[in-house]
Amino acid sequence: MTSAIELAAAVRRGDTTATSLAEGALAAIAAGDGAINAFLHVDAEGALAAARRVDAAVANGEDPGPLAGVPVALKDNLCTRGVPTTAASRILEGWRPPYTATVVDRLVGAGAIPVGKTNLDEFAMGSSTENSAYGPTRNPRNHARVPGGSSGGSAAAVAAGMVAIGLGSDTGGSIRQPAALCGVVGFKPTYGMVSRYGLIAFASSLDQIGPLARTVADAAVCLEVIAGHDPRDSTSLREPAPSLLDALHDGVKGKTIGLVRELVDGSAPDVEAAVAASAVTLRDAGATVIEMSIPEMRLGLSAYYLIAPAEASSNLARYDGVRYGLRVDADDLTTMNVATRTKGFGDEVKRRIMLGTYALSAGYYDAYYGRAQRVRTLLSRAFAVAYGRADLLLGATAPTTAFELGAKTTDPMAMYLSDVFTIPSNLSGDPAMTVPFGSGADGLPVGVQLLGPARSERLVVAAAQVLEDAAPS
Amino acid sequence: MTSLSRDDVAHVARLARLALSDEELERYTDQLRAVLDHARDLEAFDLEATPPTAHPFAADPYLRDDVIVNGLDRDEVLAQAPAVEDERFCVPQIIGDAP
Repeated sequence: MTSAIELAAAVRRGDTTATSLAEGALAAIAAGDGAINAFLHVDAEGALAAARRVDAAVANGEDPGPLAGVPVALKDNLCTRGVPTTAASRILEGWRPPYTATVVDRLVGAGAIPVGKTNLDEFAMGSSTENSAYGPTRNPRNHARVPGGSSGGSAAAVAAGMVAIGLGSDTGGSIRQPAALCGVVGFKPTYGMVSRYGLIAFASSLDQIGPLARTVADAAVCLEVIAGHDPRDSTSLREPAPSLLDALHDGVKGKTIGLVRELVDGSAPDVEAAVAASAVTLRDAGATVIEMSIPEMRLGLSAYYLIAPAEASSNLARYDGVRYGLRVDADDLTTMNVATRTKGFGDEVKRRIMLGTYALSAGYYDAYYGRAQRVRTLLSRAFAVAYGRADLLLGATAPTTAFELGAKTTDPMAMYLSDVFTIPSNLSGDPAMTVPFGSGADGLPVGVQLLGPARSERLVVAAAQVLEDAAPS
Repeated sequence: MTSLSRDDVAHVARLARLALSDEELERYTDQLRAVLDHARDLEAFDLEATPPTAHPFAADPYLRDDVIVNGLDRDEVLAQAPAVEDERFCVPQIIGDAP
């Protein structure tokens, strides 16, 4: 399959047109998505109009940008003005946002063609895309398996070749885990590097938008486009987007990479073997690989499942049936609020709202939320110590390859454990990337994860490129 | 930390404006208790001297330049509301007896 960079080059040269690429993507979705359900909404009209603008620019001798004509998919928690945006929830069914997320504006400004909105776990809460109010997405490599989540629709759309790039959001691993399970690259940047304006909030101190792509270079070019300060997000870092493409071939010679025991322990033997093989690849490329232990990482899961629900319970208070979305009519306001939220939210969202409300409630705040925030400090300090010894850290992305649909839906704690290796980087705010590296015993893809300190994206992509170049097929 | 009870779950559901059936109350109590039990691993650490982290990077607050920009389009926003009256969001009666 052709990469996004190659597609954009062909459009810029005039060898192909954005319109033909958009038509190709729409045809691939029409042919393949019935079996996968990666898309909640396909915007054929909008895609073709955007493609015509790119083609007109090329015809006028203008450069449409580094993603000229590249079909992209947007996770459906990214607001798109006038185009339905549901967060896979009944409570936002039919909503058409009055504004567009900054990342979408930037993609379009770089010539990309958004073709549709992809499925997710409701409000990005989940690890399998089974919590969608609009039915699960299936893994394109094996339809009996989940694509991971919560950005499972974007991961599946990229893995199936419907689009070259998908945008996801990552609060506890929601870009990296589905990318690993579908066999694509997934990149969670440093917190604040990408504007969250127009991202439907789940846990604001953890949420970060990033790309899913088939190559490290495609993920890098996408991040270059969407990153950089945005005055509309008060947590946006006040610095320009990093330059990544020129770091892709820097290699890892002379770098020290820490193979972290806590990012491997508890994973399946085939996943563990893939991580070990990736360590050998990095060593062969000139890096020094050292084994490390960061015991505080074991606390990440517990801290996360108090902090994220606490923030979610506050963020989701806005869905009250007053200004947008679903309303279930009642004679008084409170009854209307209760009826609307009870009908509009799915099981997992209710679970997390209640967990978060409890963790924040009088008498329990210090024991749960307060304690989790202190553990967050412990974990960040442990990362800082680790980065005193190693330039990057290495581990598994997910404990297993893609699991079967329904395998974990009745046991929330088992589902939460899917995120055990990805959560630490969200709590610290640091960048992390998953790269496909071979297959498991079941023939399904395995992803390995590279973690770096804040603003180390250039190092991360260089190491990821080394792994991609050597990855077993 | 004490063990989560059905009454606790019923209380937070009221706070969160959610109605639960008896069956849901039972199920959610078991599921939330499992998550909170798992979180007991946090109790093993002496955290008195460790400050809390609310946000990954404690950025200095800043103000954007004082430039006039357009807000959202009023009609476009109101078009998405479940009920509108006289260019305002309309809700069921709040004060006094409901009709």
